[in-house]
Amino acid sequence: MVKYVLQRIVYLIITLFVITSITFFLMKFLPGTPFQNEEKLTVEQKEILNEKYGLNKPLPVQYANYMTSVAKFDLGNSFQFDNQPVTGLLKNRIGPSLELGFQAMLVGTVIGIGLGLLAAMFQNTWIDYGSTFLAVLGKSIPSFVFAALLQYYIGVKLGWLPVAAWDGFSYSIMPTIALAIFPVATAARFMRTELIDVLSSDYITLAKAKGNSRMEVAFKHAIRNALIPLITVLGPMAVSLMTGSMVVEQIFAIPGIGEQFVKSITTNDFPIIMGTTIFFAVLLTVIILIVDILYGIIDPRIRLAGGSKK
Amino acid sequence: MKQLKKKVLEVKDLNISFHTFAGEVQAIRGVDFELYEGETLAIVGESGSGKSVTSKSIMRLLPTNNSEVKSGEILFGDKDIVTASEKQMQKIRGKDISMIFQDPMTALNPTMTIGRQIMEPIIKHQKLGKQEARKRAIRLLELVGIPNPESRLKQYPHQFSGGMRQRVVIAIALACEPKILIADEPTTALDVTIQGQILDLMKDLQKQIETSIIFITHDLGVVANVADRVAVMYGGKIVEVGTVDEIFYNPQHPYTWGLISSMPSLDEKDDELYVIPGTPPDLLNPPKGDAFAPRNPYAMKIDSEQQPPMFKVSDTHYAATWLLHPDAPKIEPPQKIKDRMVEFEKGGN
Amino acid sequence: MKHSNDPISKDMFEIEPATTLDNEIIAKPQLSFAKDAWLRVRKNKAAIVSAVLLLLVIIMAFVGPSLSHFDPYQQDVTKTNLPPRIPGIEKLGILDGSQKIGGVEQNVYEQNNIKEYYWFGTDSLGRDLFSRVWVGTRVSLYIALLAAVIDMLIGVMYGLVSGFRGGKVDNVMQRVLEVISGIPNLIVVILMLLILKPGIISITIAMVITGWVGMARVVRGQVLKLKNQEYILASRTLGAKNNRLLFRHLLPNLSGVIIINTMFTIPSAIFFEAFLSFIGIGLQAPQASLGTLIEDGYKTFQFLPHLMIIPSIVICIILITTNLIGDGLRDAFDPKMRD
Repeated sequence: MVKYVLQRIVYLIITLFVITSITFFLMKFLPGTPFQNEEKLTVEQKEILNEKYGLNKPLPVQYANYMTSVAKFDLGNSFQFDNQPVTGLLKNRIGPSLELGFQAMLVGTVIGIGLGLLAAMFQNTWIDYGSTFLAVLGKSIPSFVFAALLQYYIGVKLGWLPVAAWDGFSYSIMPTIALAIFPVATAARFMRTELIDVLSSDYITLAKAKGNSRMEVAFKHAIRNALIPLITVLGPMAVSLMTGSMVVEQIFAIPGIGEQFVKSITTNDFPIIMGTTIFFAVLLTVIILIVDILYGIIDPRIRLAGGSKK
Repeated sequence: MKQLKKKVLEVKDLNISFHTFAGEVQAIRGVDFELYEGETLAIVGESGSGKSVTSKSIMRLLPTNNSEVKSGEILFGDKDIVTASEKQMQKIRGKDISMIFQDPMTALNPTMTIGRQIMEPIIKHQKLGKQEARKRAIRLLELVGIPNPESRLKQYPHQFSGGMRQRVVIAIALACEPKILIADEPTTALDVTIQGQILDLMKDLQKQIETSIIFITHDLGVVANVADRVAVMYGGKIVEVGTVDEIFYNPQHPYTWGLISSMPSLDEKDDELYVIPGTPPDLLNPPKGDAFAPRNPYAMKIDSEQQPPMFKVSDTHYAATWLLHPDAPKIEPPQKIKDRMVEFEKGGN
Repeated sequence: MKHSNDPISKDMFEIEPATTLDNEIIAKPQLSFAKDAWLRVRKNKAAIVSAVLLLLVIIMAFVGPSLSHFDPYQQDVTKTNLPPRIPGIEKLGILDGSQKIGGVEQNVYEQNNIKEYYWFGTDSLGRDLFSRVWVGTRVSLYIALLAAVIDMLIGVMYGLVSGFRGGKVDNVMQRVLEVISGIPNLIVVILMLLILKPGIISITIAMVITGWVGMARVVRGQVLKLKNQEYILASRTLGAKNNRLLFRHLLPNLSGVIIINTMFTIPSAIFFEAFLSFIGIGLQAPQASLGTLIEDGYKTFQFLPHLMIIPSIVICIILITTNLIGDGLRDAFDPKMRD
């Protein structure tokens, strides 16, 4: 178990290393310039800037410098925002994104589990077909389409909820809903499959043979076993939440990391782009690692391997 | 002597069908039998003969969405299990009637400690507190022969070997000292050496707890070991029933002859293994006559027309074969069977 | 037990053993694996309806733009922001080119004496939406095809080789796979889009780099499972060489997994391109992709809902149908659901 965790951490570090290196080399070899209005600069001014940013040192030295600063959480300064450190900018923006993401994941998984449960317990009835259809819709309708529709019909037309910005709980309701439809679909489909599988196991029949009612069988035995593999779905769910957040934040004008990322791409603000990329990479790989470890802890078959007496 | 014992279970004219995509499969076509206190009744048959369906129906564990009890009664105490309410069944299951399954590797909940799994029926049916239940669970583990029961309680099924798991399953089944224990091929999935241990264990426990056992199996060796009485099933019906001696040494139904002849024996001089040719009947369209007729070398014209009724051979021995009709010709059973019948006569039965 | 109480005539007791054991007739006609799966897909109504709809969309993607006689890229400032107008249906009172401007019901077609019929209306630069939508659909279909091809070529090959060879080769290939998949797809795509200008080529290259990882993993897992099954061993015992094993035995058994996986990567690839185009780092103006169309439409949604709704409906149709077909295929290939 410990060995497994250590192994995964090593992979994490390797992956991050690869990503940051790629990021660095891309930045170096990009056509186009880090400086805005380069044409207006005189040669001397260019030299001063190059000196300042260390851009005239030999490549290996630049690389080493870059990697060390990243390790120190120094992601450089933004070109766009008057040299504010990227790390600072990111810190300000993390709040809304995390809150939104967390809410969406919570809402999504809870509703999804509920839908999947209903579908499995009433298999092949209209309840099943209905919830499966909802899950397909949730998977297929792009989050940006849904977000735009929500914004228009509920925000503008009906005026029930604020249309945009981030200033209190009610501002987060629509974005959360828009962001949550994909997790709902994923969780529902997964839960249904797992639960149907579990319900056909021998030990469920044994649970019935002990005199448990249908509800008791479902809640004391079946659901617990079906929920455990659900943890594996959380990793890909985090990825989809991240991509979804970019679009949802843009539509609802939420001051989060996703929104900033998209802006920085369109304005070619490389330090922010690189910094955010690295941030996302770190976040995702760490989440996936945590999920893996969590799974190993919760499933007793992995946690306590062996020890059987013959 | 058996007649003096109390009847614990009585099955009368049970007919059960499954509704499948292909049509209605008549899995049980008129089954009658009784179970007496303290005895072990073995139900023998091939796959598809209906023995598992019979056992599950006694506990009403058949899937409700496609199975249907078309007629019949299952009398237990003062209730008819066929018409009892679900609530009543929940009180019976695990407490008065319990079951052991075939595959110990999948019969236990992998994410629940075995302590909890054993204590579950105890807490539920006997309303004991957790501490009391725990003590009882430890005693049960000792009873089924699992060493270090206190520490084992907290462990999970995957930490036990197959034989050990089956013992746990038995412990769970006997937790509330049920009147009837249904054992559905409990040793089929185990190694032969472990098989013997489990069978001995079951016999011991039966004596201690005085429970009646319905033992489902296709293995005649096991039957010889544990059974007091035997019911032979074929094509959804019981074709012969009697004491274990009567069935093994004075069988009357050609199918039983086939079964007994196909038991390999060390002191046989034959080189070839006996095999009953053909395959079990299609219960989607059951034949109107005797279901065994197509494979029966002693079949008569009437076998393809009418199903044979149960003919009495002795107070405890009945067989459903037209060969026992007074008008039927006297035929010679296979040599092996004849030899056995001679033994039977000698034993003064 | 029911039996007649009539006396039975003596001749009924003549021995007459059965001559043929005809209950060994196999109940169902034999079906090959593929045929069996096909029959079961056919039973899945949702999948069939989806397939038909998808086919319609594909046909329209090719034929659509020529149907409307308008050039998808041609701008015409005299005909901007027109709502949809369809001949024939307009007689029913809907889709007749009228809209509410400032609360007042108007018909810009009539006001400006516009004779042409724009079936889906026009956008802010006067471009015909009908032809643009179908041109955009072509992009999505191209992405779908690309995803499928990449999956099959790179993903399957990689998984096959890795799983079949085993040992050191497998180990190395697996490590590489882990690192590649450890890098979130989005990151790779974004980085890719920075080197090369955003556009169809950069998206293509990004997909080539990351899109096959899921398939490779699944195929490898399946190969490992099958490799150890006994019919492979049996075949080997009979002298089959590796190639034969690979193609006659493994590949057919992998076909189910491959098809299903492909059917599911297609919608996510299509979504991905639309998503990138929507946030502005995919295809760029004036190119038409369903994503850019939706983005354009979003900007003017309040006044000209059709600009966003129509391409949204088209992309939803594509995504829903491919998902439903994928579901149908998966259910069909699952042997546990056999009757």
